[in-house]
Order: sequence, then structure tokens, then C-alpha cells
Amino acid sequence: MTQPTINDFHTILPMIVLSVWACLLLLVDLFIPKDRKGITALLAALGLILSLGFNLTRIGMESVGFSGMVVLDGFATFANVLLLLSGLFGVALAYGYVRRMGIERGEYYTLLLFSVCGMMLMAQAADLIIVFLALELLSIPLYVLAAFARGDMQSQEAGVKYFLLGAFATGFVVYGTALVFGATGTTSLGGIFAAASAGASTGSGNGLMFTIGAALILVGFGFKVAAVPFHMWTPDVYQGAPSAATAFMSSGAKVAGFVALLRVFSTSFPALASDMNGILWTLSALTMIVGNLIAIAQTNIKRMLAYSSIAHAGYILMAFVSYGNPQVASVSIASGMFYLMAYTLTNFGAWSVVVALEKAEGKGLEIADYAGVARKHPALAAAMAVFMLSFIGFPPTLGMVGKFYLFRAAIAGGYTGLALIGVLTSLVSAYYYLRVVVNMYMREGELVPEREPWLGFATALTAAATVALSLVPQWVFLLASTAVMK
Amino acid sequence: MIPLSWYLILAAGLFSIGLFGVLVRRNAVAILLGVELMLNAVNINLVSFWRYGDVLKMTGQVFAIIVFAVAAAEVAVGLALVISVYRSRNTVIADELDMMKW
Repeated sequence: MTQPTINDFHTILPMIVLSVWACLLLLVDLFIPKDRKGITALLAALGLILSLGFNLTRIGMESVGFSGMVVLDGFATFANVLLLLSGLFGVALAYGYVRRMGIERGEYYTLLLFSVCGMMLMAQAADLIIVFLALELLSIPLYVLAAFARGDMQSQEAGVKYFLLGAFATGFVVYGTALVFGATGTTSLGGIFAAASAGASTGSGNGLMFTIGAALILVGFGFKVAAVPFHMWTPDVYQGAPSAATAFMSSGAKVAGFVALLRVFSTSFPALASDMNGILWTLSALTMIVGNLIAIAQTNIKRMLAYSSIAHAGYILMAFVSYGNPQVASVSIASGMFYLMAYTLTNFGAWSVVVALEKAEGKGLEIADYAGVARKHPALAAAMAVFMLSFIGFPPTLGMVGKFYLFRAAIAGGYTGLALIGVLTSLVSAYYYLRVVVNMYMREGELVPEREPWLGFATALTAAATVALSLVPQWVFLLASTAVMK
Repeated sequence: MIPLSWYLILAAGLFSIGLFGVLVRRNAVAILLGVELMLNAVNINLVSFWRYGDVLKMTGQVFAIIVFAVAAAEVAVGLALVISVYRSRNTVIADELDMMKW
């Protein structure tokens, strides 16, 4: 039994800082009066910024901690920055929203912090036990956040549905993990790879167990990132949950899920690439097609964005199909990380507009309600137009650059058909994204957006970043390339 | 000694019963029970893999403990969510949670 050393703690310092902060915040929150819960929000944001600061000092560092259970590398650092930014945007969107909707309680922010902790642990996990632990740490607070509007029946329903499907998916992940453990005798990601390469030469009967295990892990994470056909829960949960919570879970949980998938599959299962390619290809194509087609029929903006998030999971899966091909794997992982960043910024921007326009009792959530917003509030409408264009992949936005990199990586990996499906579904998606813009600019209406400083700041920042970063894409792509695992 | 495969078949059977329960039962609490069966199947797998593998490495046992600790936390949150639904609707039948439809 080895004692933990200081290096072990250094490896996961940003996550430790955040989890300790979250525990303290839970206590401090008791002494903050009911009508001053904004202080809790500010303290939560401070904790996230502190953790982000520690995380930024870790750029370029590489280490392994706790007997190889956790790892710190460029991939983890990049993902952590993205996840902490998601947390900050999540707090900014919630700040005014929860008060306005009468669901302001300090636990909201504590739960959000714990969830971010789980996501960061997920990015740093180097062992399937930690992957499972992180998965639960990120999911359980999200179940509660989905049901946070206790008096609202839709929110309760969203919480229960998310919980039942999430627990179901967890069952698959752990069963798969157990089979992989049985086949290889280890749960360490690197150890699994070593055992699989050694076992391939002896040709033992464990191969089948190994493949089934990996496939079950894929199914479980398919649920988490909302890939078709494991997406059924997404629209209901995204619609029912409070909008600020949905914004956070649709970005943070998706980033964490994909980060874990990328890490686990490219570290442990390269040997299975030939079996998995077809499955991943089908998953990606189905997710893009089904997500985009059903989104057309939606009239509720939250539901439309839910299907849009499903469709975007399909695009990101595209980066994932060629994970076992050493020539293109690093470029496609970098493209995937780039797209995750583009998606996070755009998604938070779009949800911040939804939050600004939502009224009590679920009013102002129909796309038709958005009519006439441009006349009285040109800045807000322009920001929404930027986000919608970025979702479509229209220049000059980050979404366009992201899709360009993804399609290029897919073609380089020899999946021209998949890239073609991507282009065609993007064209289809223009229909329902532009409908929002058309409603805002060309119809008459009376909807008045809420004016909240942090919310407006988040909208402006994400809109500016979506446009500005697309002008220096090679610089950002270089940053994403540092995130490629060795 | 009983061969390892018997334990694995038992676990697979238990997992399938749990899966069946989740897919077929309409009561939210019963669905939760199905999920628990799935997780317990995993525990049987883990412990038997440990027993028939390298007994000195504790990975399998430790993992099994983590699984049931986490499962307990999950159930605590899950039942709270089910109760909050029950309070406002007087039902925990999953089919009746249908306010949102595509």
C-alpha cells in the first residue's frame, strides 16, 4: 500500500479546490439570508474562477497520480477549461433566472459545482473505476437540477425521466466495465490496452467478453451524450428542466461524456477499432439524420434546441469514427475537441437568449412567440442570429470552422459518405434554425426580454467569441491540438 | 469448485431480469428495482472475476464496494424525485408522466 504523495494531489488540484469549495459553500449558504442568495451565486462563480486559475497554471504539465487512477495531460487541461467555463456560464444564466422563476435556493449553485467536479474528474480519469465514479458524481446533481423547480410538474417529470434513464445507462456502463475487467484482469485504461494486445496473440476466449464489454460501455455513454437510438429522454428532460439548468446540462454533460468516450476508447480499445468503426459510423449517421429531421417539426424552442443538441452529438461522433487509425486519430480528436468548444459557446449563447425571453409559467417558449423581437431589441436578435448561424455552420462563425475541421477529418479517415451526410443534414438544419431568425426579424410581436446584467454579459460574450474566434481558427485549432493524448 | 462461467451466467440472468423489469414495468419504483438488479448483477461479476483471477489484487472487491455505495446514493436521490412526483400527482406510474410529447 503506497501512501499518497504531494504529486498525487497536484495532479487533481483544480478538482480538489472546487470540491472543497463546494462543500464549504454548502455550509456558508446556511448563513446567507433567503433573499440574498445572489451572494451564493457569486461565491460559486468565485470558486469556479479559482479552480480555473489553478487549471491554467497546469498548461503543459503532465503527471499521473494515485497509482495511475488519475492523469493530468493536455487533453484533461483543455477539457477542464471548457468544463469550468460551462460552469461559469451556468451560474451566469441561473443568477437572475432562478430568482425570477421563484426557485432561488442556494443548493442550486452547490449542486452545479459538484457536477462540474464530476465532469473534471471524468476528464482526468485513467481507470474505469474513476470513470464510473465521475459519471455518477456528474449525473446525480444533474438529476436534482432537472427537477429543481419543485412546484412545476414538468420539471418534476423531467427529473424522474432523467434519473430513470440515467441510472439505466449507468447499469450498462458498469456491466460493460465488469466484463472488460474480467477479460483483462485490470481496470486501468493503459493496462487494458496492454492486456488486450497481449491477449490478441494468444487468442483466448476472452475476446468476446472484451468486445461485448466495450460495446456496453459505448451504449451507456451513448445515453449520456444523447446519441440516436439512445436519445429518447433528451427532449423531455431538456424541455421540462429549468432553462438555466438545461443550458448547463446540455453543454457540460455532453462535453464530459464525449471526453470520457474519447479517452476510454482511444486509450483502451484501439484493438477493437475494426469492430467498432461500423457501429460508430451508424450511430453518427443516425444521430445526425434523426436529430435534424425531428427538430424541423418542433414548435417549442427548448425542444427544438434539444433535438439540435442530439444532432450535434452526431457531428461530434463523426470525429470519433476513425479513433483507431493512428494516421488520422490525433487530427480527428483535435477536431472533436474544437467542435465541442464551438458547440459549448454557441449552445450557451442560444440558451441565454431563451432564458432572457422566458416568462413565468412557461410562457414565451414557443418559436412563434419570438416574433418581433428584432424591432425593439436588435442586439438580442442579432446575437440569436449569430448562434443560429453558428449551429447551421454558416460563416463567419465558430460552428462553420468546427464543421469544416470535422468533415475534413472524416474525409481524411476515408469516411466521405459520413461527411456527405453531415453536409446534407446541415443544409436541412438551416430550415429550422433560420425559422427562429425569420420570426424575430420579419414578424410583429410583443415579447419583452428580461434585462439582467450577467445574462446579457453571457450573451454578448458568447456571441463575440463565436464570431471573433472564427477569424483566428488556426490559432484555436493549435490549442485543441495540444489536447491530443499521447 | 464451481466453474466461473456459472457465476457469469447467473449474473447475466440477473442483469437480463433487471433489464426486462426496467423495460416492462410501469411503476417508477419497480423500474428503480430493475436498475438495482442490473447493478447487483455487476457486483456478482466483479466479485467472481476477482475470486477466479488474481486474488491478491483487490480491484474487483473495491469496485464492487464502490458500485453499491454509489447505487445507494443514486437510490436516495431517485426516491426523493419519485416522492416529489407522487406528492403532486398521486401516481408513480411512468406512463402517466406524459405532459411533454413530441
